[in-house]
Amino acid sequence: MAGAEKPMFAMDGNDVPFEPGQTILQAALAAGRYVPHLCFHPEFKPHGSCKLCTVKINGRTVASCTTLAKQGDEVESETPEIQDLRRNLVQFLFVEGNHFCPSCEKSGSCMLQAVAYDLGVMAEHFSPFFPSRPIDASHPDVLLDFNRCILCELCIRASAEVDGKNVFALSGRGAKKHLIVNAESGRLADTRLAVEDKAMDVCPVGVILRKRRGFQVPIGERKYDQHPIREVAVGKATARHASGKPSPQGPSKEGA
Amino acid sequence: MSSSLEKADDPTKLRRVVIDPVSRVEGHGKVTILLDEAGKVHQVRLHIVEFRGFERFIQGRPYWEVPVMVQRLCGICPVSHHLCASKALDLVVGARRLTETAEKVRRLMHYGQMLQSHALHFFHLASPDLLFGFGSDLAKRNIVGVAAAFPELAKQGIMLRKYGQEVIRITAGKRVHGTGAIPGGVNKQVTAAERDELLAPLPQVLEWARGAVKLVADLHLSHRAEYDRFGTVPSSFLSLVGEGGKLDLYDGTLRARDHAGQILFDGVDPQDYRSQIEENVRSWSYMKFPFIGSLGPDVGWYRVGPLARIQNCDFIDTPLAEEARQQFRAAFAVPENGLVHAPLAYHWARIIELLHSAEVIERLLHDDALLGDELLAKGPRAKSGVGIIEAPRGTLIHHYEVNDQDLVTECNLIVSTTHNNQAMNETIREVARQYLDGKEPTEGLLNHVEVAIRAYDPCLSCATHALGKMPLTLEFVDPSGALVERLVRDGESL
Repeated sequence: MAGAEKPMFAMDGNDVPFEPGQTILQAALAAGRYVPHLCFHPEFKPHGSCKLCTVKINGRTVASCTTLAKQGDEVESETPEIQDLRRNLVQFLFVEGNHFCPSCEKSGSCMLQAVAYDLGVMAEHFSPFFPSRPIDASHPDVLLDFNRCILCELCIRASAEVDGKNVFALSGRGAKKHLIVNAESGRLADTRLAVEDKAMDVCPVGVILRKRRGFQVPIGERKYDQHPIREVAVGKATARHASGKPSPQGPSKEGA
Repeated sequence: MSSSLEKADDPTKLRRVVIDPVSRVEGHGKVTILLDEAGKVHQVRLHIVEFRGFERFIQGRPYWEVPVMVQRLCGICPVSHHLCASKALDLVVGARRLTETAEKVRRLMHYGQMLQSHALHFFHLASPDLLFGFGSDLAKRNIVGVAAAFPELAKQGIMLRKYGQEVIRITAGKRVHGTGAIPGGVNKQVTAAERDELLAPLPQVLEWARGAVKLVADLHLSHRAEYDRFGTVPSSFLSLVGEGGKLDLYDGTLRARDHAGQILFDGVDPQDYRSQIEENVRSWSYMKFPFIGSLGPDVGWYRVGPLARIQNCDFIDTPLAEEARQQFRAAFAVPENGLVHAPLAYHWARIIELLHSAEVIERLLHDDALLGDELLAKGPRAKSGVGIIEAPRGTLIHHYEVNDQDLVTECNLIVSTTHNNQAMNETIREVARQYLDGKEPTEGLLNHVEVAIRAYDPCLSCATHALGKMPLTLEFVDPSGALVERLVRDGESL
């Protein structure tokens, strides 16, 4: 029977079991232990770009989404040092884009906002860049608001790997890196994106939005209004609306 | 309708007294007064020195964001902007008629807003002046002083406002900056439990509102000689009027009367507001000066708000407020169609509206259609929409043009305080003539200028005065421009 016992690593002093081949992040989430993350999505290959899931293993800082779990690892996650680092990363994301939560349709179902609340981000701390990022409203049913892009590449991965369309890509380098659409005109209307595509539903922030349905789910009844992200991410919270009422035109896919 | 104190003949030889900032304009406003050596007043101006820029940065945004974004214009009357933008965009999404439930939920939200805002203004901001006197002891002339001298009254003010805020919370989701209205309707159903929660305190709310009407009437009538004359200047009046000429604060058509009470225009569809109202600018203020086009920029200025509405309508369709309106007219003995012009009568009119709002809330809560579940309507798209609503401080106009890609291409906002811009300037000029001419300005005398502005309840209201900390700087400058003396009041002393 001894051979059936799962291997374990320790996270902040607690044992976390894992299946061989699982990453630290996957094992932690499966065991109900939240590790903040943005570019990770359970349906896609880990990417390791946002670095929010950074942990310290045996004294080295690594991205937990791309690091395989090993028997006996000592993992530090919610230590003051790592949480400070994560808080700074989130603040960087806020100042690099134009994130105006009060009038953003994604408010309440936005992962960036929810993670910021979880980490106790009270202010931007750094000077905002206020980049100029014109929105693309050319598509009849979809609006792209690049102001909120955090370069997680989930839409790129979904469009390429699931939809087989390669609608999205990144362009530029360093601080000038930005999301583009693959069309000679540069306009979303000239791509094959359709509202049913997987790429429509993976954006953790408010870049890719279905048109003409903004604010139909009241503030206060949205995903992270109901349950904090550390419960949602580990599957402890599934109910969308506390009231049990459907939204006016059926369930919204925003932030799904 | 004299503007004679707008511009002094030779400002270089005059000393300048500045009230900066004026308390109660949310954001920044200041008053400048130019006096000669004998203390004679030569020029008085209310300057609005801030620039918000909403009209510009809404351009290029998707239309469904607008009702949520524009309410950030204000922390006191966000519901008015939220609903006004929604009304304009209803037309863009083709919802020329809302569902019965959506219209009633929105009306409930709006009258809740009216009630809380009017209670805030009268009890927290204006009552210290009215109860203690315009030049009374500064240390007491604030809401804390009112709470000490009239504890029951202060409590009623706070509880009335709280009730209005609860109405807003239930209809909009939050007490401040909710999201209840969306283009085409509302996003939130009112439940029977929520309705019952609002019904329970209503008898008390109505009783307090009736008491407030009596109080404000008594205050006016017991200072009749001063109140009727204080800063009084005749003007035209503009407001929405509902079906059959009734008072309607949510919807209707535009009506204007001239200073003698004669109808200038009536039944004007909100979509055609530009056929009657024009705007111009002056170099010394960031606030535009609207005027009635047919009268021209010099004499075409007008007033909006409670005093305009109570006198523009033919009747009020709730019994207690109609009775109060009749008493108001009888007290002033105004002839048929005649108008009361005293700025301080705004307070009385405002409290009649507070009572009316409580009555309308009661009526809506007893209406089963309020609890319906058909929340959204739509129809053929349009490229533009104008929404007009009577906000607590007066007529509010939102005008949007939206392109085929769903983005706003043009936005024009005329907010209540803007309509009253010239009126406030004329009123403080009159107050300066009445109280400041030939006298050495003191804090008490300068407060008279603020009392006059306060009567209009400008939307830039801030709470500083209410807390007894109205910051005020007086600068005395000799004819060469050199500073002779500077007095700064930080809320403790002058």
